[in-house]
Amino acid sequence: MTDTHTIQLTLKPGQHDGDGQRVAEAAARHLGLATGRMRSAALYTVRYPLTENQLNDFATRCLADPVLHDVRLNELTAAPGFATYILVARRPGVTDDEGTSAQNALADLLNEPLDTHTQHIFSKRLFLLENDLPAADLRRIAEELLGNKLINWLEVGRVADGIRDYTPRPGGGAEAITEIITLTGRSDADLVQLSKENIYALNLEEMRAVRDYFAASQTQAERQTAGLPADPTDCELEIIAQTWSEHCKHKEFSALINYKDLETGEEKQVDSLFKTYIKNATSEVDRQLRANGNDWLVKVFSDNAGAVRINADSLFVWKVETHNSPSAIDPYGGAITGILGNNRDPLATGIGGAQLLFNTNVLCFGNPEYDGPLLTGQLHPRRILEGVRKGIEDGGNKSGVPTVNGAIVFDDRYAGKPLVYCGTGAVMPMQFAGKDSWEKIIDAGDRIIMAGGRVGKDGIHGATFSSIELDETAPATAVQIGSPITQKLAMDFLLLAARRGLLKCSTDNGAGGLSSSVGELAGISGGAVVELERVPLKYPGLRPWEIFVSESQERFTLVVEPGKMTELLALGQEMEVELTDIGYFTADGFLDVRFDGAPVARLNMEFLHEGVPRKILEAEWTKPAASEPEIPAAADYTATLGKLLGSLNICSRESVIRQYDHEVKGRTIVKPLMGATGQAPQDAAVVRFNFESWEGVAVSNGILPRYGDLDAYHMSAGAFDEAVRQIIAVGGKLPNLTPGDGIFWSVNDNFCVPDSVYDPVINPDGKQKLAKLVRMCEALRDATAAYCIPLTSGKDSMKNDFKADGVKISVPPTVLYSMTAKMEDVRRAITSDFKQADDVVYLLGETHDELGGSEFYALHGQLGANVPKVDFEKAKALYTLVGQANDQHLIQSCHDLSDGGLAVALAECTFGYDCGATVELSESGLPLPVQLFSESHSRFLATVAPEDVVAFEQLLGSLANRLGTVTKEPRLVVRHGGREVISADSDVLRSIWTNGPVNQLLGVGDVANVSHSTSL
Amino acid sequence: MAQDSFPPAQKPFEMVQDATRVAHKVQIEAQAGEPRRVGAVQALILTGFGINCEEEFAAAYRLAGAQATIVHLNQVLHGQVSIHDFDILNFPGGFSFGDDLGSGVVLANKLRYRQTGPGGRTLLDDIKEFIAAGKFVLGICNGFQVLVKLGLLPNLSGHVTPEVTLTHNASGRYEDRWVTLRVNPLAQTPFLKGIDTLEVPVRHGEGRLVISDPAIQQRIEAAGLNCLSYLDANGDGTGVYPFNPNGAALNCAGLTDPTGQVFGLMPHPEAFLSAYNHPDWARRRRQNPSASEEGEGLQIFKNIVAHIAHSRTAATAAENEFATRS
Repeated sequence: MTDTHTIQLTLKPGQHDGDGQRVAEAAARHLGLATGRMRSAALYTVRYPLTENQLNDFATRCLADPVLHDVRLNELTAAPGFATYILVARRPGVTDDEGTSAQNALADLLNEPLDTHTQHIFSKRLFLLENDLPAADLRRIAEELLGNKLINWLEVGRVADGIRDYTPRPGGGAEAITEIITLTGRSDADLVQLSKENIYALNLEEMRAVRDYFAASQTQAERQTAGLPADPTDCELEIIAQTWSEHCKHKEFSALINYKDLETGEEKQVDSLFKTYIKNATSEVDRQLRANGNDWLVKVFSDNAGAVRINADSLFVWKVETHNSPSAIDPYGGAITGILGNNRDPLATGIGGAQLLFNTNVLCFGNPEYDGPLLTGQLHPRRILEGVRKGIEDGGNKSGVPTVNGAIVFDDRYAGKPLVYCGTGAVMPMQFAGKDSWEKIIDAGDRIIMAGGRVGKDGIHGATFSSIELDETAPATAVQIGSPITQKLAMDFLLLAARRGLLKCSTDNGAGGLSSSVGELAGISGGAVVELERVPLKYPGLRPWEIFVSESQERFTLVVEPGKMTELLALGQEMEVELTDIGYFTADGFLDVRFDGAPVARLNMEFLHEGVPRKILEAEWTKPAASEPEIPAAADYTATLGKLLGSLNICSRESVIRQYDHEVKGRTIVKPLMGATGQAPQDAAVVRFNFESWEGVAVSNGILPRYGDLDAYHMSAGAFDEAVRQIIAVGGKLPNLTPGDGIFWSVNDNFCVPDSVYDPVINPDGKQKLAKLVRMCEALRDATAAYCIPLTSGKDSMKNDFKADGVKISVPPTVLYSMTAKMEDVRRAITSDFKQADDVVYLLGETHDELGGSEFYALHGQLGANVPKVDFEKAKALYTLVGQANDQHLIQSCHDLSDGGLAVALAECTFGYDCGATVELSESGLPLPVQLFSESHSRFLATVAPEDVVAFEQLLGSLANRLGTVTKEPRLVVRHGGREVISADSDVLRSIWTNGPVNQLLGVGDVANVSHSTSL
Repeated sequence: MAQDSFPPAQKPFEMVQDATRVAHKVQIEAQAGEPRRVGAVQALILTGFGINCEEEFAAAYRLAGAQATIVHLNQVLHGQVSIHDFDILNFPGGFSFGDDLGSGVVLANKLRYRQTGPGGRTLLDDIKEFIAAGKFVLGICNGFQVLVKLGLLPNLSGHVTPEVTLTHNASGRYEDRWVTLRVNPLAQTPFLKGIDTLEVPVRHGEGRLVISDPAIQQRIEAAGLNCLSYLDANGDGTGVYPFNPNGAALNCAGLTDPTGQVFGLMPHPEAFLSAYNHPDWARRRRQNPSASEEGEGLQIFKNIVAHIAHSRTAATAAENEFATRS
C-alpha cells in the first residue's frame, strides 16, 4: 500500500477529443501557433493509502468511462507521436471541485468515511502536442489559453525530457501568531506607508482616526482590563480596514460634496449622494405609494437584498452587484465568484432561505477584436469575455438558477477593468415557522455558526483590493474560485433549515469574510465573541487575522438559538454541509475575537461602524464641448442598416445566451430569444413564480454609458427610462396608477465609475468625474419620483481604473438600473416579434433630432452633441396608455427602440419567423437619417391586429404613428417620399445580425437560417 | 458518513414498532406538505448533491394527477425513505456532483457502491428489485446520464453494466435550445404511448450518445430502444447541428430498457408543462387562441400516471374476480 498514486485517463483511439481540438484551433487563431495534433488527458493524483487493487478499481470503475477511456496507473507518459506537453495543475489551496468529487467517488467505492473537506485527490489536465514547439510558445499557450498564472501551476516541456508533474502541498504548521502594530509616534507619512504596504486602503485621515482611537485613554483602560496590548493587533487593523473599505462602507457615496456648475456658476453642497438621491428619493416614493394603498415595499437598503411583497404569502427579493476587479485578473474565477456571491445575498436576506428564481448579467468589455499591445498584467479583452462568460455559465447552470436575460456592452475603455454585474431574484415566504422572514433579530447568547466551505488564504483582501485602483501587482490571494456544488449543498440546506424554524437569521460571507459578516450582525445584538481556533481550515498555516478576513467562498454565517443547535447540526450532517459553532453574540458593545483563549482583537462596535471620518470631496461640472457632425445624406440606407446589425454593440449574442440555461425550473415565459426561429431578441424577461398561479415578474436592464460622454444626467435618466420601457414593452404596468393595485417594482442601482477623488497629480480631472456622478444621481432621483418607482438595493464601485506601465485605463462613468416589476398574469406578456401578416405597424412616442451618442454616429466615427433626453411626463403618459391597450388585448407585438433606433428595431421584429414589413416614413419634419436612426427615448415599435386598429388609435391618439403593415413576404421595405430607402430580405438581415462579431468570435457557425420548428 | 436520521420536523407518532418507517412518513409529510394520498400514483423524486430540476419534475407529476415526493438522496441511502413505497423512481436533471468526473458518474457510482444495508447491499440492488416488481424509472438529462453510466440503460445484457455512454456534445459547448423529437414506432414504453412528435428544450453539455460496439447498436435498433430521435425541419431524423444538438449516435435523444419500464432522455419534457414555455407561444396562441394551455411535455407524465392507475384498476378487478369465484 502506498500513499501517492497517479491516474491518467486518455481517450481511446478514434474518440473525438473536443478539448484538444479546441485548444489547437485557438492556438492557431489567437496566437498564430501551429501545434499539430493535440490530445488532452485527465490526471488525478491520489494522496491516500490504497492497495494496487483498490487503485485499479477506483481508476477503472469510478473515474474511467469504459466506452471512452484508456487508463494508465502511476506512469506519466505520452502516446507516441507527441513531442511536447503542457500540464495544468492548481496552486495550493485553489478550489478543486473535480478532485473533491473524485474523493466522493472513492469514499463510496471503499465505503469509508473519507473527509471530503480535506483534499486527498488533486485533478489536473495534460495536453500533448504533436509539434516540437519551443518552451516560450508552450508557455504562451498555457498562460493565455489553458490557465491563469495566479491560479494554476503550469509545467511545459519536451516529452522526451520526461513529463514534470506538480501536486500542491499547501501550508506548514498552524500559525497562531498575532502581531502588534505600533501606531504611536508614527508620522503621517509612516501611517500612509503602513496602509499601503498592508493593503488597508485607508487614507491618512482614516489612519489618524485609527491611531487616535487606540491612543484615547478610555480605549487604553479598556484594553488593559481585557488583556490586550496598547497598540492594535494585526487582526484589529485588518478588521477596521475591511469594515471601513470603500467596498463595504461606501465612503464616497456618503461624503460631503461641494459641487460647482462652471456653466451656470451654481454652487451647492450635497450631503451624501446616498442619502440625498437614493434613500430620500425612495422614502418619498414609499410615501406616495402608501398614500395610495400600495404598501408592498417591505425592506430597502438595510439588508443583503431589497424585499417587496408579491402577495399575502410571499416576498420578492432582488439584488444586483458587481465583481469587476477580480474579473480583470482572473475572468473565470471573478465571474463565477461574482454570480455565486450575488446569489448568497437574496439567500441570506432576513432569516435566510429564499428560493432563487433567476439570474441576470450585464457585462461591459473592451473590444474583443483589439489587436494592439497589452499593458503589464492586462488580459486581452477576448480572454476576459470568454472567461467571464464561462464563469457565468458554470455559476448559473450548476446552481440550477436560470439566467433569464442580460446585456453586453463594448467600449475600449473597459479594456482595463471589465464590469461584471450579477443580479439575482428570489422568492421567500412571508413567514418561516411563524416568524416574519425578512426580519433580522439577534439576541445576546445566540450562537454564531459558520456554514458551507472551509477557510483558506484565497480571497484575502478582496474588499480592500477592490477599493483601490488595479495595477500590475495585483495579489494572487485576492482571487477566489467559486464552487457551485458546495454552494448548492449549502443552499438546499438553508432552505430546509429556514422552513423548519431552525434559523434565527443569517448572512452571507462575502467581502471581508467573517470580519464583515460577524461584524455587521454583531451590530444588531451589540457585540460578539468569536473563537477563531474553531474555524475549519482548508489547510494549516493561516494566522488568526487571515482566518477572520479570508473571503473563501460558499460560506454563510448563521444565527442560531442555543436550544436549536442539536437539530440544526444533525440536519447539516445529513445534508453534508459542514457547520461550525464559532462563538456567540453579546450586548457589551465589543467585537471580541480570540484564538485558543488568547485575545486577538477587541474593538468598540460604535467606533468600528461609525468611527470612519467623513470625506469631503470636490466636484466641478463643465459641459463637454460637442458638435453635430455633417454626414452626407444617402439615397439608400440598406447598407447602413446592415452595418449596424453587424456592429459589435448591436449584433446577436446568441452564442453567449445559449450557453446559459435560461429555462431551468420551467418558469421562464419570455426568454432572451423567442419566436419560431428562436432568434428574435426580447426587451425584458418574464418569469412566473410557481406552477400554481400565473403571477410573475418582468426583469430588465438599462445601461447607456456612451451618452455619458455628452451628459451624465441624460445618460442616467435614459438608462432608467430604458429599463422602465423594456418592462412596459413586455406587458408590464407602471406602479401606483390605481389605489392598492399591488404592482410592485423593485430597482437596484449599480454605479461603476472611475476614481473620482480629485488629486492634482494622480487624478487631475477628478472633480469633473465626481460632477458626472452627482449628475447621474440627480437624474436617478428625478426618474424615481416621476415614475414612482422605488430603489430597493444597489451598490457603488468607485475605483474602476487599471494602471500599468505609466498608463491608466478608466471606465466611462457607468450606471446600470436593474428593474423588476410584478406581472399579474404572465400569459398576457407581449413579445417583440411580428406575429402575423397584415397586422398594422405603429411607432409609439416622439422622435427627436437626437443622434448624439448614437450607434449611427459611432458607425461614422462621430459622437455628435444632441444626446437623447427623457421627458418623464410624456413617457409616463405613453406607458400608462400602453398598459391600458394591453388590458384590452390590443397589442400583438411590442419592441422598445434603443441602439440603432427605428431601423434596427424594425429589422429585429422580423427575426421571429419569416415575415417582413412595409413601412412609410413621413416626408415632412425630421431628416430621414434622424427618423431611421435617432435613439430618442420612450418609444416602441408595436403591431396591432387589423380588427383592433380603431380601438387602438382611439386610445393612443396622436402618440401612435401608423407606419405600415407586416407582410407575408419576408422582406423589410422602408419608403420615404415615394422611394424605397431600405429594402432587404429579412432572412439576410437576420443572417448579418446572427453572424456578427460576437457569435463569430465564440465560434458559432452560420445558424441564421436554422429553425427548430417544423411548422413553418 | 452520518447514519442518523433527519431530525424529525414534528414529534414522531407514538406506539410505533418500526421507527425507520415513521421517520420516513414524517419526512415525507414535511417535504411534500401533504399526507400520503391513498390510491394516488406515487412518484419519488430524488434531489441533493447538485440535482436541480426536482421542482418542475414534481410539478409535472402533480399536474398529471399523481402525488410527488421530493427527497434528498441521503434519505434513501440512509433508509429513511424506501423506494418500494413508490410507483415511479425519478432522477431529475442538474449537475450532480458538479458533473466533475463526467455527467452523472459520481451519482451512479454512489448508487452502485455505497452500502445501504447489511451484506453489502446497495441502492442499486433495491432499484433492480423495484424494476423486477414491474415499477418504473425515469431519468431526464443528468438523470438519464446516471441511468446510462449505471448501465440501467439500455441494459441489453440484463446485468446492469454500462454498454453505451453519453459524453461531450460534438459542438464542445453546453447549449440551451429547443428541438423536435420523434417517437420510434418500435418503442415499447408506456411513457411515450400515443406520442408521435414532441418539442422540448435541451440544456446540456454532455448529451452525445456514443455506441462503440456495432453489435450493441444493432440490438438497440432492432428492439427500438432508441425511442426518441432528433428531427430536422423536414421531419426527418438528423445528425445535423443544431437540430441534433449534440451529434448523438442514431440521432438518439432517449433510450428505454428492453422492458420499457426504464426510460431516460436528454431533453427536458418537464420544462414544457405549460404552453407558455415554448419560444413561439405568443404567435401560436394568436393563431389558435383556444388551444390547450398545457405544454407538450406533460403528456409523458400523464401517460405513465394513467398507465399505472389503469394497471392497478385492472389488477384490483382481477383480484375481485378471483375473490368472487373462490
